[in-house]
Amino acid sequence: MEVTFSLSKGNILALTGPSGAGKTTLLRQIAGLVNPQSGKISLNQQLWLDTSQNIQVPARKRNIGFVFQDYSLFPHMTVQENLLFALEKKGDEKVTDELLEAMELTQLSGRKPHQLSGGQQQRVALARALVRKPDLLLLDEPFAALDHSMRYQLQNLLLKFHRLYQFTVMIVTHDIGEMFRLADRVMIMNHGKITQSGSPAEVYTSETDDVGDFTLFGEVLSCQKLDGHLLVSALIENKVRQLSLSLDMEPQMLPGNNFTLPYSLEPGRIRLVNNR
Amino acid sequence: MDWQPLWLTFRLAIITSVILLVLAMPVAYWLAFGKFKGRGVVEAIIGMPLVLPPSVIGFYLLLAFSPSYWFGAWIEKVLGLRLVFSFPGLVIASILYSLPFMVYPIRAGLQSLPSSLREASYTLGKSEWVTFYKVLLPNCKPAILTAFVLTFAHTVGEFGVVLMIGGNIPGVTKVASVAIYNEVEALNYPAANQYAMVLFAITFVILLMVYSINNRLLRVRQSS
Repeated sequence: MEVTFSLSKGNILALTGPSGAGKTTLLRQIAGLVNPQSGKISLNQQLWLDTSQNIQVPARKRNIGFVFQDYSLFPHMTVQENLLFALEKKGDEKVTDELLEAMELTQLSGRKPHQLSGGQQQRVALARALVRKPDLLLLDEPFAALDHSMRYQLQNLLLKFHRLYQFTVMIVTHDIGEMFRLADRVMIMNHGKITQSGSPAEVYTSETDDVGDFTLFGEVLSCQKLDGHLLVSALIENKVRQLSLSLDMEPQMLPGNNFTLPYSLEPGRIRLVNNR
Repeated sequence: MDWQPLWLTFRLAIITSVILLVLAMPVAYWLAFGKFKGRGVVEAIIGMPLVLPPSVIGFYLLLAFSPSYWFGAWIEKVLGLRLVFSFPGLVIASILYSLPFMVYPIRAGLQSLPSSLREASYTLGKSEWVTFYKVLLPNCKPAILTAFVLTFAHTVGEFGVVLMIGGNIPGVTKVASVAIYNEVEALNYPAANQYAMVLFAITFVILLMVYSINNRLLRVRQSS
């Protein structure tokens, strides 16, 4: 692996690329869980790793938060104990109480991790990683195992705490929507090298020219005529969407029908009406 | 019936198991996660009692503990302790003899935990010691319980080593297994039977308890 990059304080960097590209390894090296053969890592003014000077700050002395893909909550501790464990010896329990509150976990604070859903577990993991107010938050595909709405909720929580605490974030993700929603910058890795880097829009719009064209698959739920167009409620990727279509499409839009629509930037024919 | 040999047996087993529990934890941790050369040598030495005839171990311990040789002489001079034909000698011999029964299950328990548990603890600023004590150990309770009971049972079942270095001194080194052997030699089968029955029953009850507890612990973990 050969990687050089710097990241501005308070930014959110999304790291993506095919599996085996070295994303997780890079994250673990920054955390100090593994050490590279040679290299240099520093955060703000602190030098964490410099193999040429034989400096290796251990993971526990780097002020980071790490959210693992499998959550890695301590199974024998309750939600609250998981957070308290992260607190320094003389730490203020107010911090953990506030985090529990903000993550809507207060009700669940006495439960053990195995009594929680995936989304709840990931909220605990995120809260636990934030207890020490880290300078750098590292997340390894944190929301990959969650369904759409849960993922969305957790992304918003992450953004909320990012605004509040102003930490720097590195997140490994394959979800382009997530990159656009969260990241200031995207880095694509391949075979241990950074192949592309830039804002989400720069990286993903330069990649292909036909970015405006895609196909909608869905099921018609209801269809009504309204002011010279069709207002169709349809189930698309497990979400109910309202589409505004031209009247000539009415025969295809019987409730219960499945449809395939070429959606292009060509104006007029199809419009997503409420796209939250 | 003379209860002394049985009492001695269980006292020896408890003392050995408790001391081994403390000693084996760092060894198990080291074998599970340590990065060092010569791991194979250490593992082979710890595992020797599993395969060697107890009389071999007993014989070398007899030589080592004897005041006619340097180690026994040194111990006697420094600590004023004679290890042959004495209870402390039996404890030390039992510790060596039962070492793998304590170390291996705990090591396996530690290794079966996902490594992200340790890593999560490190990233939360915790030292290796705190991580071991507060995160890893509580999550391998079944392994620790198994190790403790196996060690206990193995020490109760000790015969060859005890006979070699302990001999047959009532109240000091005459444990139940040796007493049974003596009674059989004297053709006193009813007395041998009494000792044997008690050992049989108690050992069975202990193992039964352990496996029931362990199954329950495992069920809890699997349901999660």
